[in-house]
Amino acid sequence: MPPAILVENLEKRFGDVQALCGVSFEVPAQSVLGLLGPNGAGKTTTVRILTTLLRPDGGRAEVLGHDVTRDDRLVRASIGLAGQYAAVDENLTAHENLRLVGRLTHVEEPEIKRRSDELLDRFDLLHAQNRLVRTYSGGMRRRLDVAAALVHRPPVLFLDEPTTGLDPQGRTDLWAVIEDLVDSGTTVLLTTQYLEEADRLARNIVVIDHGTVIAEGTSAQLKARLGSTVIEVGFSDDESAKSAAELLSRVGAVTRDGRCLRVSVSDGAKSMLETVRALDGANLAPATMALREPTLDDVFLALTGHTAEEQPEADEKREREEEAS
Amino acid sequence: MTTGAITAPDLVVDERRAAPHPIADALTIMWRNLLNLARNPQLLVFATIQPVIFVLMFRYVFGGAIRVPGVPYVDYLMPGIFVQTVVFGSLTTGVGLAEDLHKGLIERFRSLPMARSAVLVGRTLADLLRNLFVVVLMSVVGLIVGWRPSGSLPAIIFGVLLVLGFAYSLSWVFAIVGLSARDGETAQAASFPILAPLVFASSAFVPVSSMPGWLQAFAKHQPVSVVVNAVRDLTLGHPAGSNTVQALLWIGGIIAVCAPIAVARYRQVA
Repeated sequence: MPPAILVENLEKRFGDVQALCGVSFEVPAQSVLGLLGPNGAGKTTTVRILTTLLRPDGGRAEVLGHDVTRDDRLVRASIGLAGQYAAVDENLTAHENLRLVGRLTHVEEPEIKRRSDELLDRFDLLHAQNRLVRTYSGGMRRRLDVAAALVHRPPVLFLDEPTTGLDPQGRTDLWAVIEDLVDSGTTVLLTTQYLEEADRLARNIVVIDHGTVIAEGTSAQLKARLGSTVIEVGFSDDESAKSAAELLSRVGAVTRDGRCLRVSVSDGAKSMLETVRALDGANLAPATMALREPTLDDVFLALTGHTAEEQPEADEKREREEEAS
Repeated sequence: MTTGAITAPDLVVDERRAAPHPIADALTIMWRNLLNLARNPQLLVFATIQPVIFVLMFRYVFGGAIRVPGVPYVDYLMPGIFVQTVVFGSLTTGVGLAEDLHKGLIERFRSLPMARSAVLVGRTLADLLRNLFVVVLMSVVGLIVGWRPSGSLPAIIFGVLLVLGFAYSLSWVFAIVGLSARDGETAQAASFPILAPLVFASSAFVPVSSMPGWLQAFAKHQPVSVVVNAVRDLTLGHPAGSNTVQALLWIGGIIAVCAPIAVARYRQVA
C-alpha cells in the first residue's frame, strides 16, 4: 500500500529563517506518526504545508498520492485538521459548528445530522450541544475542534498539538478517541511536545529540530539508539552482589551500589538473556531483576542537547517568524 | 466520553465533495455570519439602536442649527445619514474577518474543500443584508420624524440601492484591511482614520460650500459626497444626472479593484 503521507526534501523559508531544510518522512496508511520536536522546530510549518495552507519552497509532499500544491483540492477533501487553537465559532452552538463544517465539506444534510450526533456523543458534548460555544470550557472547545475536523470522515487527520492546554483527564480521553480513529482506519499525523503522548499513540516517531529530521523510528528503536538499556539486578546480600558484578562485566558496563547492580547494555533483550544464563550458571539467585528502558526524554536530550520543553533563543525567533507569516 | 466505535473514514476521495461550490459555500458562510450578528449584542446595537439615535440626534439636535437653502433639513439629512451609517457599518466586515483570522477560523476554512471566494463573498453578503435592514429601519424612523422624500418611488428605491451598493463596495475595502490586521481591535483602529475624513468632510450633513476652499476641492469629489449627492438627487425628485453616473462608477471601480486584492490576500493569510 502506498504511504498515506509522503514528505520528500521539504524546504520552507521565512525571510532569513530557514524553517525547514529538507525534511523527509513517510506515514503508512492507517498508522499514527508522531512528529516530535521543541517549539519552533518546524512541526507546524510541516503540517501547514501538508494541509495546503502554506506552499513549500522546495521538495514534494503528497497526501494519499495527491500533490499538496498541484492537487490541493483533492488533498483538502481528504484531510481533517485540528490546529493549535480551538478554531470553532464562539457564537454558534456545537451542533451549528459541526453543520458549518459539514456543509463546507459538501456532505449531504442527513449525513451531517447523523455524523454530528455521533461525534457529539463520542466527544461527550451531547449535553451541551445547543449551548453557544462561548459558554464552553477550554477542554470542551478543544474536543469540539477535533470533532469538527472529523465531520466529513477524512481518511487522513492532522492534529497539531491537540492536547496542549488540556487537563490530564482531557488528555487521556482524547488519546482514547485518537486510538479509536486509527483502529477504524484513519491515518493520523500528530505533532506534540509531549514525549509521553508520542510514546503512547505513535507507531512511528519522527524527531525534528531546527527544520531537520534528527531521528526516526519506533519509540523502542529510538530508545535503543541511545545504546544504554539498563538492566537492574538486586541481591539480598553483598557477597552475591560482588560475585555477580564480576560475572556480569562481560555482558555490559556494571556499576554496583551496595546490593544493587546496574548493567548498561546496547541490546536489552539479548543481554537480559545472557544475564539470566550467567547468573543461573553460577547459582546466583537475584532478589529483583528489571529491564529499564531509557525514556523518550533521555532520547531527546541525547539527540538535541536540550530537553523538549527547553527552548533556545534561535527557536523562539523562528517561532515568531512562523506566527507572523 | 462514551466508548462507542466511530464510523470508519471515507477512504475514496469523492470528486463531488472536492469540487468547489462557490454559491452554496458563500451562502453557508452568510448563514453563519447572520447567526453571529443575531447573537452578538455589540453588533446588534451597532445595527439597530445606533442608526436610530443618529437619525433622531441629527434631526432634533443639529437640525435646528443647520440651514440648507431651498430644502427642509430632514430631507437634506436623510441621504447623508443613510450613507454615513452604512459607511461606518462597512468597518464590521473588516473587524469580523480580522477576528476570524485571529481565532484561527480562517485557517480552518482554508483547509476545507470550499470555494476560496466563499468566506469573503459570504461575509460581504451578510453585511449587505444587515445594511438593507438598517436602511429600512432608518427610513421608517425618518418617515416618523418628518422625512418626506419627493422623488418617485422607483427613484427612491434606486437611491437606496445606490446606498447599499456603495456599502457593499466598501465592504471589500475593509476586507483587505481586516485580512491585514492582527485582530479586530487593530482592524477597527486602522479603519477609523480612513473613514472619519471621508464621512465628515463630505456633503453628508452640511453643504460643501460652507467649507474652506482647500477642503472643498476634496469634499466635492470624494466618493461619499458623490454617493450622497446622487441619493439626494433621487430622493428629492431632481433628475438623476452626473452624480448618479459617478456614484455607479465609484461603486463598480472600488469592487473591481478591491475584490481581487481581497481574495488574493485571503489566499496568502493565516
